[in-house]
Amino acid sequence: MSFGLYIERQSPLHRLAPSVKLAALLAAGIGVFLVRDPLWLLPVLGMVGALWAVAQIPMRQAWRQLRPLAVLMLLFLLVHGWLTSWTLGFLVVLRFAILVLAAFLVTTTTRLSEMIETLERAMAPLTRFGVNPAKVSLALSLALRFIPLLYDRVREIREAQRARGRERSIVSIAVPLLVRTLRMANDLTEALEARGFDGTVTADAPKPPKPRR
Amino acid sequence: MSTRDIVHIALFAAIVAALGVFPPIILPLVGVPITAQSLGVMLAGSVLGARRGGLAVLLFLALVAAGAPLLAGGRGGFGVFLGPSGGFLIGWPVAAFAIGWLVERTWQRLDLGRAFLANVLGGILVMYAFGVPWIAVAAEIPLATAFTGALGFVPGDLVKAGIAAVVAVTVKRAYPIIEAKTSA
Repeated sequence: MSFGLYIERQSPLHRLAPSVKLAALLAAGIGVFLVRDPLWLLPVLGMVGALWAVAQIPMRQAWRQLRPLAVLMLLFLLVHGWLTSWTLGFLVVLRFAILVLAAFLVTTTTRLSEMIETLERAMAPLTRFGVNPAKVSLALSLALRFIPLLYDRVREIREAQRARGRERSIVSIAVPLLVRTLRMANDLTEALEARGFDGTVTADAPKPPKPRR
Repeated sequence: MSTRDIVHIALFAAIVAALGVFPPIILPLVGVPITAQSLGVMLAGSVLGARRGGLAVLLFLALVAAGAPLLAGGRGGFGVFLGPSGGFLIGWPVAAFAIGWLVERTWQRLDLGRAFLANVLGGILVMYAFGVPWIAVAAEIPLATAFTGALGFVPGDLVKAGIAAVVAVTVKRAYPIIEAKTSA
């Protein structure tokens, strides 16, 4: 899988099973909400930093994840400094920083395909409630397959609308994008059914083929 | 759920992703980015209806959680759910479902006004009902303060609800999906 936030390295963190990493993340997520003193969170942040070093992930990646939050973090700090206490402000900011960095570490050391497999396995108990794993897999792989295609399509439509001087109007891009994609959904459905995809129930009997355009 | 439904869900998840390529407009002062992506959430509900719309957005979020950098600005992974705007993301599928539910109820008489109302109720009211309490809890600020802060998003979201209504009504005319389902 070529796109994703995964960064290839040889490290113990990369070799760890995704489910273990997710469990650790969950534990950390609960842990940081139990701590009330920001001084206790500093060593935790240091530990996350150490794990980044172990995983050999460049530190500028950490900054790239935190930068979009910077304004909001500053706002939280100021609101707390003004309304409650600076201590609470630092607690909140440190907590978010730890969570976001730890979560990103899990993401960047796990391949997208491995993570999807793990998520699919985690959904297995839902079979009892009528969730069909074959359909979930189909939906996941179809979406992954068509995302790059639709990126290109948005670019195409924007260029076409630029020729009409309308590339800034979201409506004149969204409407053709939607109609063309929904039309493609029709062809795709027929192709799937023609190839005998039947993760479906019997209610979805094959329909007589329509003449192609 | 038919093969056609699965395909619609998957392709709409891809549409939500593709709408993330529009560069976000940062609101001055508040610093919150307004992206075309939450427009995709509104459209999922308005075009596919409650069930499929909600599932399409859920599928999109599953891919984001798994580490696909599909959120506007190329963000992804579990971190986005744990950050300050995590509650809004959790609210996305519910919002799409709510919009779809409202649109289905008024499908025969769907016009701009009704579509706009559905998107305001589902896309703003429901979404904020998830997003604002999460900020209040995670940042430990009073709910009222968090709510006041979130008001900065409202003008941008009203514009998006308007755009979603125009697109939904136009697409309904060109390619009605919800009707196709009820008649099948």
